[in-house]
Amino acid sequence: MKSLAELAAIRERMQSKVNIREGQGNMRIVVGMATCGISAGARPVLNAFVEGVAKAGLTGKATVSQTGCIGICQYEPVVEVYSGEEKVTYVNLTTDKVEKIIEDHIKNGKVVTEYTIGAATK
Amino acid sequence: MKELSLNVLDIAKNSVKAGAKNIEINLIEEANTLKITIKDDGCGMDAETLKRVTDPFCTTRKTRKVGLGIPFYKLAAEQTGGSIKIMSHTKETAKESGTEVTALFYTDHIDFLPLGDIVSTVVTLIQGSPDIDFIFTHETGTNKVFLDTREMREVLQGTPLDSPEVLIWVREFLNEQYKEK
Repeated sequence: MKSLAELAAIRERMQSKVNIREGQGNMRIVVGMATCGISAGARPVLNAFVEGVAKAGLTGKATVSQTGCIGICQYEPVVEVYSGEEKVTYVNLTTDKVEKIIEDHIKNGKVVTEYTIGAATK
Repeated sequence: MKELSLNVLDIAKNSVKAGAKNIEINLIEEANTLKITIKDDGCGMDAETLKRVTDPFCTTRKTRKVGLGIPFYKLAAEQTGGSIKIMSHTKETAKESGTEVTALFYTDHIDFLPLGDIVSTVVTLIQGSPDIDFIFTHETGTNKVFLDTREMREVLQGTPLDSPEVLIWVREFLNEQYKEK
């Protein structure tokens, strides 16, 4: 049975990790979560990123956040991955595609070109 | 929208945008009805805006001149024979500002959209706004599911609510309550 007391254990684990995490989070994964994104399936995509990044042990490297309408509603679910100066825009995402993006791009730094907006508009 | 829980996510995001500190999401199932209330203490809307919010050409976003969140929600309720009601106050008209959106659905109507994955909606809201407090209740005749992020915060003492481990805990905590019955 889950209880609030378990959160105390999570808190302690997190506090011991804080020092290691600082200064490494250089990638940002931003999911479009306005009406257009939500109706196209952004919610499972967002949760796949949150849980996938955690499972792959990459929470120190990448943060996942939500934003409003990016302006390209026809390509939703849309996700932008920022790393340093670079931004990659992934379009028409599904949870299966998220797995590959985490493995190739977030973990190994290799952009999954076939899922980007550039490939979709060709 | 394929499921009502997605509408709930979309409407609750308006509360986030209104600068709410507390957002209450209340679902009550009774006989053949489902009543969903989303209540916030955000900036509220003036009477003129309130009149226009069900208009698809009224929106807060700047990228397009349409806003379909509330019209979709209204349609989902009305197509079951139900309705939505929006009450709102700004600081100018009331002591405390805020908005309350209540929707009534008839669950035995053929056009009733299934509620779907409401747990994911709650997790998504907390992930997107870890500094806002969410109070979620879902009552059916036989079960009551409850989550209050203020209680979580007391235990977590500064550990952010959007930490993946915390979000996974939220999901499991709610799922277990749904299994109880």
